[in-house]
Amino acid sequence: MTAITLPDAPDASPSVTSYLNDGVTLRSWLLTHDHKRIAVLYAISITVFFFIGGAAAAVIRLNLLTPQGMLVDAETYNRLFTLHGVVMVWLFLVPSIPTTFGNFMIPLMLGARDLAFPRLNLLSWYLFILSGAIVLVGLIAGSVDTGWTFYEPLSSGYASGALAVVLFGIFVNGFSSILTGLNFVVTIHRLRAPGLTWYRLPIFCWATYSTSIILMLATPVLAVTVLLVIAEHFWGIGVFDPTHGGDPLLFQHMFWFYSHPAVYIMILPGMGVISEIIPAFARKKLFGYKFIAWSSIAIAVIGFLVWGHHMFVAGESVYAALVFSFLSFAVAVPSAIKVFNWIATLHKGTITFASPMLYALGFILLFTIGGLTGLYFATLAFDVHATATYFVVAHFHYIMVGGMVSAYFAALHYWWPKITGRLYSEAWARFAAVLIFFGFNLTFFPQFILGYLGMPRRYHSYAPEFQVWNVLSSAGSSILALAYLLPAVYLTWSLVRGARAPANPWRATGLEWQTASPPPTENFARTPIVTRDPYDYPEPTA
Amino acid sequence: MRGIPFLPVTASTAAHELNYLFAVLIAITVAVLGLVVILLATFCIRYRASRPDANRANPTKKSWYWEIGWTTASFIIFLGLYGWGADLYLREHRPPANAHDIYVVGKQWMWKVEHPDGQREINALHVAIGQPVRLVMTSEDVIHGFFVPEFRLKQDVLPGRYVTLWFTPTLVGQFHLFCSQFCGTDHAGMGGGVTVMAPGDFQKWLADNATAGTLAAQGGALYRRLGCSGCHGAGATVSAPRLAGLFGRRIVLRGGGVRVADDDYIREAILEPAKNPPAGYPAIMPSFAGQVSEEDVIALGAYIKSLPATRESP
Repeated sequence: MTAITLPDAPDASPSVTSYLNDGVTLRSWLLTHDHKRIAVLYAISITVFFFIGGAAAAVIRLNLLTPQGMLVDAETYNRLFTLHGVVMVWLFLVPSIPTTFGNFMIPLMLGARDLAFPRLNLLSWYLFILSGAIVLVGLIAGSVDTGWTFYEPLSSGYASGALAVVLFGIFVNGFSSILTGLNFVVTIHRLRAPGLTWYRLPIFCWATYSTSIILMLATPVLAVTVLLVIAEHFWGIGVFDPTHGGDPLLFQHMFWFYSHPAVYIMILPGMGVISEIIPAFARKKLFGYKFIAWSSIAIAVIGFLVWGHHMFVAGESVYAALVFSFLSFAVAVPSAIKVFNWIATLHKGTITFASPMLYALGFILLFTIGGLTGLYFATLAFDVHATATYFVVAHFHYIMVGGMVSAYFAALHYWWPKITGRLYSEAWARFAAVLIFFGFNLTFFPQFILGYLGMPRRYHSYAPEFQVWNVLSSAGSSILALAYLLPAVYLTWSLVRGARAPANPWRATGLEWQTASPPPTENFARTPIVTRDPYDYPEPTA
Repeated sequence: MRGIPFLPVTASTAAHELNYLFAVLIAITVAVLGLVVILLATFCIRYRASRPDANRANPTKKSWYWEIGWTTASFIIFLGLYGWGADLYLREHRPPANAHDIYVVGKQWMWKVEHPDGQREINALHVAIGQPVRLVMTSEDVIHGFFVPEFRLKQDVLPGRYVTLWFTPTLVGQFHLFCSQFCGTDHAGMGGGVTVMAPGDFQKWLADNATAGTLAAQGGALYRRLGCSGCHGAGATVSAPRLAGLFGRRIVLRGGGVRVADDDYIREAILEPAKNPPAGYPAIMPSFAGQVSEEDVIALGAYIKSLPATRESP
């Protein structure tokens, strides 16, 4: 590797000054300013939230085994899917890749010492933990059963006061998002190593940058919206509730103005991860680098203009619907560009199939299905039939779980040796990747059929003819649950018994691989100087 | 398409066309996904690292042609889907002139239906095959969703305004009526059935369920009981708009601007008269919010619509 200049070739043994053993007290972790330690704090937190949200999903699927609802009563069921949605969206998916792998890798990829504002980074984590605590107290102690979308006037006129607690938690959560986004934008602008021009940045940086723009611009709208709901709930200020002279559609406009771009907050970092992994395991330069880079920006920009496609049957004007439908097709084009470029990267590569690559290939397939079914909803007349049914549930789980969670696992397996300095069991990791792929499809593909047949979402009980598809879906979810527990076991095991990881186990390009595993606190002994393009894999000799 | 296990029954004109649109969407999905799977599989097998003798010479570098190619191809397919979907959506929002109005009020957790001739139903809707129907809907509390999968149609029903949904049933039978917008604890239980009948059977059903008077007659009784005629009646001394021939007329507002006196305007004038009062009259009408239900408002509207237009200056 001649991409950078470094003082010594890093060896495989753990550096005595690795960030992991630079202080071992709890205090040294909780007051750290090191982006790598903060990333680990985030990773532990969101893993806890992921399993809380997942447990709610497991009860939901179990309940739907029988048409009358097998396990819980209607109110409990409604609270469970509210908890599942709120926890998964704000406490797992939105922070997932940016706060963990973004936090850890962005400074390393840039050749920087840390993020631009290390203290702000720690504050973001504390705000995140605070918001998680508030949200969970509200959800579990109160009886919040509005769904994660909090539609008005249900949420201000008919919901319990505990909803205000949850909404306040989401308000606090937003500040964590905004500060994280701000930190990344400033860091990517200001802290790039000498020679690291914009077009030499790894795509993961472009994706994180696009995500950060959305975090900063969309989240304040959500903050305003939830404050207005709280004000309406307690003081009867008429904003959204028609009995006070408000407009319930205004709530939906404001909510989706955040929550649709939030979908891109969730998926763009995943696309960035895949753009790192595909070239590394194809040993080949990324095809169409500039197109992939700019398609992230295009998604971030156009993504702000498509929120109305959540409201085609809500009572918005048909002319608004025509415009939002067109823009929703437009935002799908950059996603298609990315998929074709990833596939083209494989052409004439030298491909190996380690576990990160298996997750990445799974991502491409599941994201393609999720993306294609997104076109169905952009098609106005189809949306009228399928929206608010299990078809839309299946669609966004293909993007959020099939796509995003696969990308998260891909990133976890790709960067695990760098972060922990340990190697996990490759055989178990491949097995888990395959099991997740099949478990996921068995869980969510039947939901497409259920939805087209007409089963509405958020139903505690359902018509008997829907049972066979629900049973298939629940069966798949039990496989999926097991598959998600596997990495928790073999990754934890690797921390204790795993072999020491070399600095660059995948022989990948990118500055993060040019320092030790795990990296020293200061990341690089001397600031690296970048002289070559990204993904500069050697061409095979013919 | 009856009897295909993966598809719901097709029971409206919109549903027939949506079946074809769905088939095209499926075809595009299979084609694109097939292409992705075949390319991924081919490249992964042909260029796997354990096959060092594969021809890897001269990999494609100039990417502009490919990029423009697949971007254009995607966009053209998208435009076609956009056009078809938008065209059908627009037609789903333009009821034919001969559509029969039926009124629907949603509340936690039931659907209340009122026919023009006065028949009332709860969690059920009876209609005749081949007869276009326009549902005029509102909610008493939160947002509900009127969804009939066999018609491939749904519409959110909002409090504080009327929304409409129209369809022409094409199949006799009993179909699902679901609430599709989460509306609280018993959301899943808020539903019933839509019964499509042969025209003769439907006439018999109407006759069997006839009530004391039509919706307009019920509205007329309310009109007198609430004392509306004291101001709006022919012999009234108070200066208030005459209601005969009001429906569908353009109203000049006191605050400037013009509104058409449609269902929504009449509802608003009864419940929130101070919001958009007409020009030329003193603002003395009291609000009837809290005194009349959404069903009463619908009956009053039906009565006002039924009044014959007389020649008078607006």
